[in-house]
Amino acid sequence: MIRRRSVAEPLLRMYRVFALSVTLSRMRRRHFLTLSAATLGGVLVYSLDRKASLLTAQHKPIRLALRFFTETEALIVAAAASRIFPSDESGPGAREAGVAIFIDRQLAGSYGRDRFRYTQPPFEDAPRELGYQGSATPRQIYREGLKALQGFHLLAPAAQDEALHEIESTIFFSLLRQNTIEGMFCDPLHGGNAGMVGWQLVGFPGPRMSNFDEIEKYYGKAFRPKPASLRQATGAKVRPSEDEQ
Amino acid sequence: MKKLPAVDAVIVGGGWAGLLMAKELGQRTSLSIVVLERGPSRQSSDYATDMDELDYAIRLRMMQDLSKETVTLRHDATQRALPLRQHGGFLPGAGVGGSGEHWNAQVPRFLPDCFQLLGKTTEKYGANALPEGHAVRDWGITYDELEPYYTRVDKLLGTSGQAGNLRGKLIDGGNIFEGWRSEDYPTPPTKVPYFSALFRDAAKSLGYHPYPAPSANISRAYSNPDGISRGGCTYCGFCARFGCMVGAKAQPTNLLLPIIQKRKNVSLRTRGWVRRVLVDSASSKPTVRGVTYVDGTGEEIFQPASLVFLASWTFNNTRLLLLSGIGEPYDPATGRGTVGSNLTHQVTVSAATAFFDQPLNRFMGSGSAGILFSDFDGDDLDRSSLNFIRGGYFAARGYGFQPIGSFGVLPNSIKATWGSEWKKAAVSFYDRTATIGFSGEHLAYKTHFMDLDPTYKDALGDPLLRLTLDWRDNERKMAEFATPKAVEVARAMGAREINPFPGLRSYDSTRYNSTHIQGGTIMGTSPDHSVVSPYLQHWQLPNLFILGGSTFPQNASANPTPTILAFVYRTADAVMDRYLKHPGSLP
Repeated sequence: MIRRRSVAEPLLRMYRVFALSVTLSRMRRRHFLTLSAATLGGVLVYSLDRKASLLTAQHKPIRLALRFFTETEALIVAAAASRIFPSDESGPGAREAGVAIFIDRQLAGSYGRDRFRYTQPPFEDAPRELGYQGSATPRQIYREGLKALQGFHLLAPAAQDEALHEIESTIFFSLLRQNTIEGMFCDPLHGGNAGMVGWQLVGFPGPRMSNFDEIEKYYGKAFRPKPASLRQATGAKVRPSEDEQ
Repeated sequence: MKKLPAVDAVIVGGGWAGLLMAKELGQRTSLSIVVLERGPSRQSSDYATDMDELDYAIRLRMMQDLSKETVTLRHDATQRALPLRQHGGFLPGAGVGGSGEHWNAQVPRFLPDCFQLLGKTTEKYGANALPEGHAVRDWGITYDELEPYYTRVDKLLGTSGQAGNLRGKLIDGGNIFEGWRSEDYPTPPTKVPYFSALFRDAAKSLGYHPYPAPSANISRAYSNPDGISRGGCTYCGFCARFGCMVGAKAQPTNLLLPIIQKRKNVSLRTRGWVRRVLVDSASSKPTVRGVTYVDGTGEEIFQPASLVFLASWTFNNTRLLLLSGIGEPYDPATGRGTVGSNLTHQVTVSAATAFFDQPLNRFMGSGSAGILFSDFDGDDLDRSSLNFIRGGYFAARGYGFQPIGSFGVLPNSIKATWGSEWKKAAVSFYDRTATIGFSGEHLAYKTHFMDLDPTYKDALGDPLLRLTLDWRDNERKMAEFATPKAVEVARAMGAREINPFPGLRSYDSTRYNSTHIQGGTIMGTSPDHSVVSPYLQHWQLPNLFILGGSTFPQNASANPTPTILAFVYRTADAVMDRYLKHPGSLP
């Protein structure tokens, strides 16, 4: 079964992102990520039983304005995220979900600049139990970490995996891994989980208003209602925190 | 500094404790009352569209803004403390309603002997039964004295559950180990998620006494004695770290705020960050004169008041006394001083993470729907072969799991943490994984305390609060005891694989434990070792009252909110019935 909404939504969403980005990028040097139909979320579509259907590319490439990354950085992040969460026989991955776009928007927002973290000096080394003590913000960690991955997007998958194994113990990698999972499963309003491919992959329906009639009815059996995003479920124009100034 | 006209009472903190006091005083007297809350204003209708895991549960939108103020931590007094730069082990909230907005609404009572822990333990097991270096104290009150207030709390919240001890009569299916209840729960137990049902049957087969978790996400529509009506829980699963979108969860914004807003004698000022409590020490009988705070525009303001209630979270209640120079700071080297002593947390661990063959539908649930058993709680264990004291309860809750936070929990046998192999396993186990939790008591020790940090400052330039805290043998052994019990239950539930809890090492601020940190301004029987009396009245400054978990001498296994609220009711009664007539120390 092919769910039509899954195809249309990421495209619509990206057009919306594009319109917003034109306004946002007026003040700064513009970078764009050109996504061909072959890399877009709409190409691989998964039904609820996780059967993949390949659709023919019908759409022209889309140029997405980036908020934080340069085009090359975005291509590297997209490539690395799809090695962490690959698109393979067990279902769609970071590429279809639009993880690189999600991360770009997160880094441009309050999270990227550590708006809510305690960042007063002195910065000291500490045992692991005291948590991250560094002064670098997620933006700085990415910018610095990406320097070690130059040309990464041009490598073959095996060489990419090798390069990631080399940085596995860095804070950059653990952030990239965490942000990839976030971009796979966040509400689509944040720019990831395009077409709710991540939610379909694990059988999460999104914010359902009531499970009152089902919670005691499906003991031991999968209950997999059709996913709906927060905007679809509530009909409200919810504003993600990364869009707040 | 701007000086405002004096009011009768100022309440610092607009969470559960502060707003309940404001409601009680506001409803039953004509006192002029100001509540100062440093976070933003909030109302329950804000939550109609908050079911966004990323912004709320991962980026933690409802929590305190740590860029302005955090705490520092060290494991012992020889170390240099460092700031907790991001949230981790506990999640204090900010804004109207405080942590009472984003909580799970789990509302068990404390066991009766918790209030007389020192006396009962030494009476039964001798003076050496408690570990060396402990600072365990009696509260100066008994469960029997507190019971009527617990009952008022249950009626306020509309608590759902099944009684196990009704006026001394034990009832099958309820918690037969709990303290006596004068009345049954106001509403019946909630529905039971599948995982919790498996747990209930397995626990029964092993001879334990499982019961429905007491829940303030209520099972059906309920109207409380204040006339506040709300509907039943829909098991949407967005409780912890969210406000409730249907208002079934008891929150200060749906139970207390609507009443306060109707009272002309109560005003709530948000973005009011209290910095000092001022003392009038000129007179022979010292009192407090009011508080100073910085408002949203950055202006420093003096609010004079005849009565001051500190009702912020454990950390801030303690820090305000230290910053204001009220009382003597606790010094572990000499044992002198009381402010900052008896810092405790809770032995809350994922005792067994179980992996099943069948799907669990984990997205359905609530923060407090589930099954518990208390056969190893309090003193209800056979101590003859055990090398620790006290205990805790086991829980299988159907919190309502969301995918960012839950994806990637895998059996220990799977080593990959990224790539195809990891993804395949994580997808396949996603809805087949659940955790049996254990929540145990944390004793107070002489070496665990709070004081002001010598290095790190808040956004206004005041020193941060410094925690000196670690696990000790009693907690480690308790967790070691609980883990195989939980594994045995998971096996009886039919789990295919089980990850046991790896054990408590050093206190880890990066692992979420519980938002139940207590102590610092404890209540007790004497001013020699406590800051407030069991009426939560400051021993030396009779017009200063301190509400909340900062007054607990040590922590119980149960979630603290009903106990905090029971004490607020009791103090409110004492203030209105007695203090206002004869201001001074309450006998």
